[in-house]
Parts: sequence; C-alpha cells; structure tokens
Amino acid sequence: MPSPLPPAIEFIGVDKRFRVKGSDTELLAATQVTFEVAEGEVVSLIGPSGCGKSTLLNLGAGLAPPSAGTVKVAGTTVSGPNPHVAFMLQKDLLMPWRTIARNIEFGLELRGIAAPRRREISTQLLRQCRLEGFGEHYPHQLSGGMRQRAALARTLAVDPLVLLMDEPFSALDAQTKMVLQQDLARTVAEQRKTVLFITHDLSEAVALSDRILVMSERPGTIAAQIRVDLPDRNHPMARRKHPALNGYVNELMSLLKLDAGAELH
Amino acid sequence: MPRERLITGFWSLTVLVVFLAAWEWGPALAGIPAFVLPPFSKVCSEAVRIWEAERLLRHAGITAAEVMIGFVLGSLLGALIGFTLGASPRVEAVLSPYLLALQIAPKVAFAPLFVMWLGYTIYPKILVAILIVFFPVLINVLTAMRNTDVDLTNLARSFSATRWQIFRMVEYPTTLPALFSGLRIASTLAVIGVVVGELVGGNLGLGYMLVFFEGQGNTAGVFVVIGALTVIGILAYYAVVLAERKVLHYLPSADSPHR
Repeated sequence: MPSPLPPAIEFIGVDKRFRVKGSDTELLAATQVTFEVAEGEVVSLIGPSGCGKSTLLNLGAGLAPPSAGTVKVAGTTVSGPNPHVAFMLQKDLLMPWRTIARNIEFGLELRGIAAPRRREISTQLLRQCRLEGFGEHYPHQLSGGMRQRAALARTLAVDPLVLLMDEPFSALDAQTKMVLQQDLARTVAEQRKTVLFITHDLSEAVALSDRILVMSERPGTIAAQIRVDLPDRNHPMARRKHPALNGYVNELMSLLKLDAGAELH
Repeated sequence: MPRERLITGFWSLTVLVVFLAAWEWGPALAGIPAFVLPPFSKVCSEAVRIWEAERLLRHAGITAAEVMIGFVLGSLLGALIGFTLGASPRVEAVLSPYLLALQIAPKVAFAPLFVMWLGYTIYPKILVAILIVFFPVLINVLTAMRNTDVDLTNLARSFSATRWQIFRMVEYPTTLPALFSGLRIASTLAVIGVVVGELVGGNLGLGYMLVFFEGQGNTAGVFVVIGALTVIGILAYYAVVLAERKVLHYLPSADSPHR
C-alpha cells in the first residue's frame, strides 16, 4: 500500500563521530546509516554491543546532531528536540521526588500544558497502563514492572508520533517482560504509533516488530533487514507460540554471526 | 520493633548512668583534685550559679543567634555558588585550584583578622561561621550537580526543556539529599566558627565566657559552657534533620516497608 505520507522517521546517509576524550582523534560510531520507518510501523534494531544503536536513538531524539547526513521526522529535518519524538530507556528515569502521576506529567509540564489538562491526561494514562490507584505513590513504592509502565505512560503522555525505545524491558524478569511487551504492542496498535525499538533479545524483536534491522559492528551500519511476516503484531504472546518464530530467530542469529562465536553483548 | 527499641533505650541510658557515676566519683578515687576535674555535681551547682550570676542565658542567646545567622548566610552562599559552578563547568575548572586552596586553609585562623577588621562586635564571629560553613555546603552541592544523571537531563531536553527548567526540575531536586548532608555538617561547624571568633575577642557570648572562666581558674564553669555549646549544636543539628525529613519525605526510609 503506497502511502502519500512521508516516513515517520528516516535516516539518510547518517554518520556519527565522537571526539575521543583526552585526544584529538575521533571515533566513527556509525556510518552511512540509511533506513526509514513508516507511520504506524514497529521496527527493531539489533546488533553487537557498541555498534551505535543508542547513538542513532539520540540522533532521532535531536539530542545530538549527525556528523554527516540527515535525520528527518515527519518529513522535517531534525535540528533539536522536537514534539514528534519521545524516548524510553532501560532505566525508568522516574524522579524519586515526584509522585507517579507527576512523573507521567513531566513532559507535559515542560511543554507548558496547564495543570488541569495534565491531570486529565495522566489520569487516563494511569488507567490505560494499568496503574490505577498508584498516581499518588512515589516511585520507590512500585515494583520494577510498574515503574517501567509508568515510564511508558510518561512517554505516551506527550502523544509523540515516534517512540524511540532503547532496551526498555531488558532489566525486567521474563514474565513481567512478556506482560509489558503485550501492553506495549496493544497500545501501539490502538494508537497507531511508530516505534523504533532497540533490543538484544531476538525473540522479543520478532514478537514485536514488522521489520528488523541488523547492524554491523562498529562503525555501525545497516547490514541486513528482515521482514517479519507473522500475524498478531498486536499480540506478541500469540506470536511467541507461532511455529515460524524460531525460524526468524535462527535467521537473525546467523546474520549476527552468533554461531561463529561473535559477542552479542 | 518497640521491644527492640526499649532494649536499645535501656542500654543507652545505662551507659549514661555509668558515665556520670564515673565522673562523679572517679576523680576522687583516682586522687585528681576537684579544681582539675570537678565532679558532675559540682558542675551542676556551678551551672545554677552561673545561670543567675553571669547571665548564662544571655550569653548563650548571643552565641546561638550568631550561629544561626552564620549558618543561614554561609549555607545560602555555599549552595548558591555550588549551583552556579555546577551549571558552568568552565568557570568551575578555572576556579577549582583556588577553591581547593581556600578549602584546605584552616578557616578559624581567619578569626583574628576579622576581629581586627570588624572590631569587638558580633560581625567577626558571624563571618568566621560563614567561612567555615560555606565549604561543606558548596562541595556537596557541586559534587551532586556534577553527578546528575545525564539520561535524566537528556529526558528533560527531549521534552524541549530550557536550561532553567532543567535546573529547577532536575538538577536542583537531585542535589537536595547532598545539600542536606552538607547542612548537617555545617550546623555543627557553625558553632565551632562562632566560638573561635568569640575566643579571640569581645566580651559577649559563650566563647568569651570560656576565656573568662579560664582566667578565674574555674574548671566547673568551663564544663558548664561546653555543655551549653553542645546543647546549641544539638539544637542546630536537629533543626536541620527535621527540615530534611520534611523536604526529603519521598525517600524510602529504613523502617517504611516497600517492595
């Protein structure tokens, strides 16, 4: 189905160099990265550790400029933080001095939304993320899974076009992880959000994504991509039971040369 | 839990009783004369005498006021400069050798200088307190500013936060626990600063009383003043602890159950 809309997020020939601390040399973290994610699509990014995946997320969020090439969000070149993008990390980044509700409202507060409207949005998100009744709790009173749900609610609160997620569930135990994946997939499908998702968990990538991009070792670039032709993208639990899932995981393993003894992490 | 507490309290009290008993009868048993180490009862009766005859409360009040003013001004100054330097690493890098030198310099040694400059008033005492209070607060705030979670500031930035919003909503609250541990240290240091200032010059305050009783060879009087100074220190310390509990109420405490 050809879409008249520009891709939600696109990287065009992007390089990123870092100045090495205490010397004049530069490190090429990522090079010639070109890919796009259509609106409503969920794309996972996998690759060896240090290949520049997280760097790409920072570029997408406008936290750092690319050294070469262009990053576009909704057809506009990213020149700094912008309202179309929100990110979520492995760390929940909940502020211990704010209640859960006020943590969820953080982005709205920074963007100058009035208090009553903020409260309305956070109340609705607390319900949606199954945190009802915990709005006035402080982060330390919640379990790891609930905290990460609150982080997701904070990300959704600003109603971004694109969610940039950097291993959001990797610190959780296996069961909590599956429940949160399920919640994420359902929400993303309902609200037609676009997601760029970094993970080291290959079956997580297959369970959640429309497409998976495989990055090479540093300097990272897109080495391969596979399309996940499985039903139930909004239902990762069902996808996990699908007989074809393991085939995709095996394919990713050989693309990452895991059988050759390369290090994944 | 309350039973544990009762037992701990009982033993603490026992230690106090043993200590006071040793103080009361120990010196006599060891053959130490009362003018060198007066027994506890002598110190108590001397306290009652000084309360009336030397207007202990008035001197203590002056010292307490100096401690409070010095503590508040020194802490404010330390926190303000800590925040400023934390927000501008360039300036901090330029100033850091001088800050280090000033931090190492024994602040109480400035007391005679301040007395020469400002005379036998309350001001040199307050100034010593400010100087001595300033550093622990500054260093604690500065370190906490430097250790602010980069991911958290990035999160704020991704929501298009301004520099001021990042300070107000991320950095400032992040530094509060460190600020309070600085203030705790500062509250006890303020007493030291003021007393040294009073020892050097003037005719008011508990520090002056120390010099006065020393001149009289009144050991019991010196003990009374040390006691009064300790009370002021304890009050100042607990004022900070109380404020801390109020402000940092969101931190998990050891006895609050959580997952």
